[in-house]
Amino acid sequence: MASITANGMASVDALQVESPARRAWRRLRRRKGAMVGLAIITVFIVLALLAPWIAPYDPLQQSWSLVRKAPSAAHWFGTDEVGRDLMSRVIYGARASLSAGIISVGIALCIGVPLGIVAGYVGGWIDALISRITDAMLATPFLILAIALAAFLGPSLGNAMIAIGITATPIFIRLTRGQVMAVRVEDYIEAARAVGNPRWRIALFHILPNILPPLLVQATLALAAAIIAEAALSFLGLGQQPPAPSWGSMLNSAQRFLTNAPWMAIWPGVAIFLAVLSFNLLGDGLRDALDPKER
Amino acid sequence: MTPLIQVDGLVKHFVARRSLLGRPTATVKAVDGISFDLNAGETLALVGESGCGKSTVGRLVLRLIEPTAGAVRFEGRDIFGDNEAELRARRRHAQLIFQDPYASLNPRMTVGQILEEPLLLHRVVPPDRRKERVGALLATVGLDPAHARRYPHEFSGGQRQRIGIARALAVEPKLIVCDEPVSALDVSIRAQVLNLLRALQRRLGLSYIFISHDLAVVKHIADRIAVMYLGRIVEMANADALFAAPRHPYTRALLSAIPVPSPGAHRDRQILQGDVPSPIAPPPGCHLHTRCPHAIDRCRSERPGLVGDPAGHATACHRWRELPDASQLVPREGTASAVLEKLQAAFVRAAE
Repeated sequence: MASITANGMASVDALQVESPARRAWRRLRRRKGAMVGLAIITVFIVLALLAPWIAPYDPLQQSWSLVRKAPSAAHWFGTDEVGRDLMSRVIYGARASLSAGIISVGIALCIGVPLGIVAGYVGGWIDALISRITDAMLATPFLILAIALAAFLGPSLGNAMIAIGITATPIFIRLTRGQVMAVRVEDYIEAARAVGNPRWRIALFHILPNILPPLLVQATLALAAAIIAEAALSFLGLGQQPPAPSWGSMLNSAQRFLTNAPWMAIWPGVAIFLAVLSFNLLGDGLRDALDPKER
Repeated sequence: MTPLIQVDGLVKHFVARRSLLGRPTATVKAVDGISFDLNAGETLALVGESGCGKSTVGRLVLRLIEPTAGAVRFEGRDIFGDNEAELRARRRHAQLIFQDPYASLNPRMTVGQILEEPLLLHRVVPPDRRKERVGALLATVGLDPAHARRYPHEFSGGQRQRIGIARALAVEPKLIVCDEPVSALDVSIRAQVLNLLRALQRRLGLSYIFISHDLAVVKHIADRIAVMYLGRIVEMANADALFAAPRHPYTRALLSAIPVPSPGAHRDRQILQGDVPSPIAPPPGCHLHTRCPHAIDRCRSERPGLVGDPAGHATACHRWRELPDASQLVPREGTASAVLEKLQAAFVRAAE
């Protein structure tokens, strides 16, 4: 149905109307690295969700006859120092790592984005207060702060997630605040005010959707950092508690047998490497795909 | 009959610099004591160079920014006394059209969402009739109702400006502040948008405050014109009177700068020397005295008031009665060559 309107423009209803999200997806699909990252992440998520059905053995089942066996047909990844199947432990470990990443980034988003919007949109002394606290937290190295917080909260996977989440929050506050301050002076925000929107509607429906793309990119990259942080905390004994598997705690127990049972360190190390690389690839791809300056 | 809008002694200073302790050390006097009335169904044009404060006046009238001093009465009621809820309710009656149609539409909302929002906020129509009203609004500004599902980036500048106009119309306002609505558009599109604004005014009885730096555009649309210089109105008159007999030296200089579509036409140019002084430290007395060829000692010390004559032609100049006749300044109709006029007429037809 192509009709000609009063001002001489052909209307093209038959054409698909492309929303910004759909356009970003179309551009993301063209980036190989991002798609490889997305594929690996998908595999990890499937493994984590379906671990009880996929894992060949119980990850906690010990066997004194199978201590530190090299990879074989029965145990593809080998076994650890108490005879547990490493492949099953890596698969179950994906649960700890992915959930730690997702939950801690979720915590950081839930605290960071609202505070950042308030700081950037309301301004004044509230902004000064939030920004100074953010500066102070960002002045401390990420991992040191996470370790200190986790040690303070007590060793458990849940506390590690909280510690990582709080540590990742200031980045989101600062990013959100900066984006809000850039967007709030746009004409369409003044237009929203002129039309009679209350402030909360402007923040929620006019500012937030326009600052989502950089937040999405940052969240993906933060997921990678959170997975490393969880592994580091578990390695130090502050995260996942034995005997439950986690890639970090597996590395911890493997370090004592590096020379005579290197497979104990290799598989969880490869898993961490792949997961972090995939999230970083996806984050970089998203940044390019969401960049308004690119076609 | 009370005027729709009464602006009384409006002043707006922006802080330009602050001391270490946050105290203002320099202020930009963007609007420096402005008063005017606007009647229902009338178009008042605010004209001046960039930085003269005309856009600030527009935003003050809508209370998008708070004034330093002065009052704006909308149907007799001071809008600066309104609380937050009253202010939002009043937004239904006074709307804004922006200069830049590329920046004034939210890129993450469809045209339908953009137009539905004012309907929802002010409950203009019941929820089940909103879609229908959006279609009607698009038709009113000459767009296809099916365009509601599209995003702003899919439209041209002229079409986007029509969407901006539709958004302003959605709440059925009494006043629309048009802030340079055509200056970002191609010349060929300008006539279309100006004609649309005029047609809407006739149909809906709208009042316009039309902000522009382009006198040729203003001549087409304004009933009255207020010429601004450095935050003050220097001359205000009916459009015909202003173009026929400009009194203030600044108005004369502006009018003599309009290009004449006739290569051989002779006229007196009045060119002001120098640049506009900084609004942080405007000159004392008459703001124009540093550039005015007619300035005397009195102009340097005493601020001229805006004095009106019985015909409503007001001038803020100590010496306007003594100045030479100005009728030669303005290009008169019919002085252009016949060929050019034909060409012009063809262009206007094409644009419409």
